[in-house]
Amino acid sequence: MTDLESRLNRLDTPGLRPPVLPDADVAYTLHDTPIGTLLLAVAGGRVVASSFGDEETMTTRLARAVSPRVLRQPRPLDDVRRQLDEYLSGVRRAFDVEVDLVLATPFQRLVLNDLPTHTSYGATTTYGAVASDIDKPKAARAVGTALGANPVCVVLPCHRVVGANGALTGYAGGLDAKRFLLNLEAKS
Amino acid sequence: MVREKVGLPPFQALIDAHWRDVARLARAMAGQDGDDVAQRAWEKAYAAYPTLTSAKNLRSWLLTITARCATDVHRARKPQRPLDEAPPVAVDGPEAAAWPDPDLWRAVNELPERQRFAITLKYVGDLDHHGVAAALDTTPAASRRLVSDALATLRTKLGVHDD
Repeated sequence: MTDLESRLNRLDTPGLRPPVLPDADVAYTLHDTPIGTLLLAVAGGRVVASSFGDEETMTTRLARAVSPRVLRQPRPLDDVRRQLDEYLSGVRRAFDVEVDLVLATPFQRLVLNDLPTHTSYGATTTYGAVASDIDKPKAARAVGTALGANPVCVVLPCHRVVGANGALTGYAGGLDAKRFLLNLEAKS
Repeated sequence: MVREKVGLPPFQALIDAHWRDVARLARAMAGQDGDDVAQRAWEKAYAAYPTLTSAKNLRSWLLTITARCATDVHRARKPQRPLDEAPPVAVDGPEAAAWPDPDLWRAVNELPERQRFAITLKYVGDLDHHGVAAALDTTPAASRRLVSDALATLRTKLGVHDD
């Protein structure tokens, strides 16, 4: 490139601003909590993600499953964030939001959809018990896998499900996060 | 489903990767109208995005939309504000300090519109001649000619002999 060409190439003026766009088909934000950063997303007024997964992976999945018009827009998430903060500080016991499991497979939906009714605040249940609740008593292991893939963590309380011997076994946000949530519920 | 096949990335990824390039190009092409042009280009891109049939060359698609918006604004303003009288790039007046290399951009402003758009797309937009041609609805050969004519004029005006 000649000197003249690189002078043309270097144009840089101050005060550039990113665009402002209308409400997204899928709005998301990254929310810092005591158990880690959660990617929260809503589409059509329903919560579609509350996930420990990374931004690129999650937004790409949402683009494919819902609409490619995915934007970082914190405002539509205000209500969900407030409820999460209340829950994580022990003042809220249940979430008053609509959930849409667009990121889940049919079997994961079966496991996750009724989790708030199959579990109760401050108590744990087992993978086997959840398997019985959905009339698949032999599917404890598959239930564990489905819970591990929960796209709407905390709101759908997969953390309340533990191994038959009481071992915490696993959690998308790490075992420390699972322990934190169970302690929080036990205390409050 | 068609959407699965195309595999468009989340729109936010396009904004994060390209908003500065769109904003620079819009200012280079439309001067003080540049910020409006960039905003309008993003609105058009956002509206059309779900209908795209390919996830390839998204940057060049965005810059093409930006160039068309700049052309529209320029045409709309032409009667009131001829290019010669009020250069679209703010190299004079209070905003002049914000523009680096004012001698160069003053000379760019004096180029015929097609040449000015072509070198802006080529160097500020960093597009190849296929990309420039697509944005200006012309052929790569014509783009090459517009750019080389523009560079020749600039070299003469600025007294640069660097090739």
